[in-house]
Amino acid sequence: MSNAIISLITVFGVLVVALSVSAGLIWLERRLLALWQDRYGPNRVGPFGLLQVLADMIKILSKEDWVPPFADAAVFVIAPAVIIVPVLLTFAVITYAPGVAVADLNVGLLFFLAMSSLTVYGVVLAGWASDSKYSLLGSMRAAAQMLSYEVFMSLSLMGVVMLAGSFDLKNIVEAQKGLWYAVPQFSGMLIFLTAGIAETRRLPFDLPEAEGELVAGFHAEYSGMKFALFFVEEYLGITLISVLISVLFLGGWEGPLLPPLAWLAVKTLFFICFFILLRATFPRPRYDQLMSFGWKVMLPLALANLVVTGGILLAVR
Amino acid sequence: MTPDFAQSYVYVVALAIVGVGFVFATLGISRLLQLRHPYAEKLSPYECGVEPLIGDSWSPFSVRYYIYALLFVIFDVEAVFVYPWALIFRSLGKTGFAEMMIFIAVLLFGLLYAWAKGALEWQ
Repeated sequence: MSNAIISLITVFGVLVVALSVSAGLIWLERRLLALWQDRYGPNRVGPFGLLQVLADMIKILSKEDWVPPFADAAVFVIAPAVIIVPVLLTFAVITYAPGVAVADLNVGLLFFLAMSSLTVYGVVLAGWASDSKYSLLGSMRAAAQMLSYEVFMSLSLMGVVMLAGSFDLKNIVEAQKGLWYAVPQFSGMLIFLTAGIAETRRLPFDLPEAEGELVAGFHAEYSGMKFALFFVEEYLGITLISVLISVLFLGGWEGPLLPPLAWLAVKTLFFICFFILLRATFPRPRYDQLMSFGWKVMLPLALANLVVTGGILLAVR
Repeated sequence: MTPDFAQSYVYVVALAIVGVGFVFATLGISRLLQLRHPYAEKLSPYECGVEPLIGDSWSPFSVRYYIYALLFVIFDVEAVFVYPWALIFRSLGKTGFAEMMIFIAVLLFGLLYAWAKGALEWQ
């Protein structure tokens, strides 16, 4: 019974931590972008502008949040929930430290892949229900991009599964005790990172939202709190991909001196900053370039990674 | 199915319920706090401030998207076959590896065919 209580506490803990991290990321992103663009960023509200997040939250809660009369009302309201819940659920299967997990599934990695497929529904439903031309264009782009990049995202992780012999994220971390998979699976890590950026629709792969041409893409008609939920999802997605890279390729909680959770946090923060650095430095490619990059470069590379990993594993056995 | 196995999913479902609850709770709080001032311009679709152009926005879209959807179905379903193979790779040995190489060769041939047919070009 006490196990059940601990797990329920973890459920709420994961929810609260994931949501506050994604809220904090808004501040971090604005400060880091400002740093790299040689300006101040938010620095007025509270120490280092940290309370800006709170001020923004109060403001957006009190903003008019309307359902357009031309939209498909029911789907329009459900779409933010459809997009946010799969991302939250993936946080449930990650083992953050020995014994710290909501659910220690033996198919954790498979669960992540399944959930990442589900986020496509939220994007398409939001764009379709809005009944606006920008929204529809944005959601079409998003769907095609996320589907294309998902194909090799799953293939790029198979090298890790072959090395660890498990889909369980806990076992994968434990199998990395001697050597982080970032070394034998370096190409797999790069492919997964690329796919992860495209899946979270972040720059340089943010064509579904490209504000220069599509205003905001699939969430152009959203306002107030529903709009904010799409952003919470985006930052949750960044956190999720960063945590997963740390767990799958950088040994998760393993590390000397510091407690396990701190190690995972440090590795995750590194990749989050990397995501923001990408946004600060890269221009956006054309849509045809994006698609041909995915199908003609990354997919063959992911297959090659699989073949080479298998060959080497057989040879050294 | 062991009870332990089923129990793990109970917490996943619990998190799903809490997550949905969070979304609708924030929307509800926001509903209580906000003011509403609808007027004609605000109620029209956003098209950069100009009058909405003629035509339904639920209009036909480029067939290119459909081709990518087809490609996705083919390749992702084939990728699913790789998952169990990767899991028990070590116990399968040389035979298993050779079999998967044949499978990947077929997969790669399919990709090259789509490539040669111009299905990967965005015209």
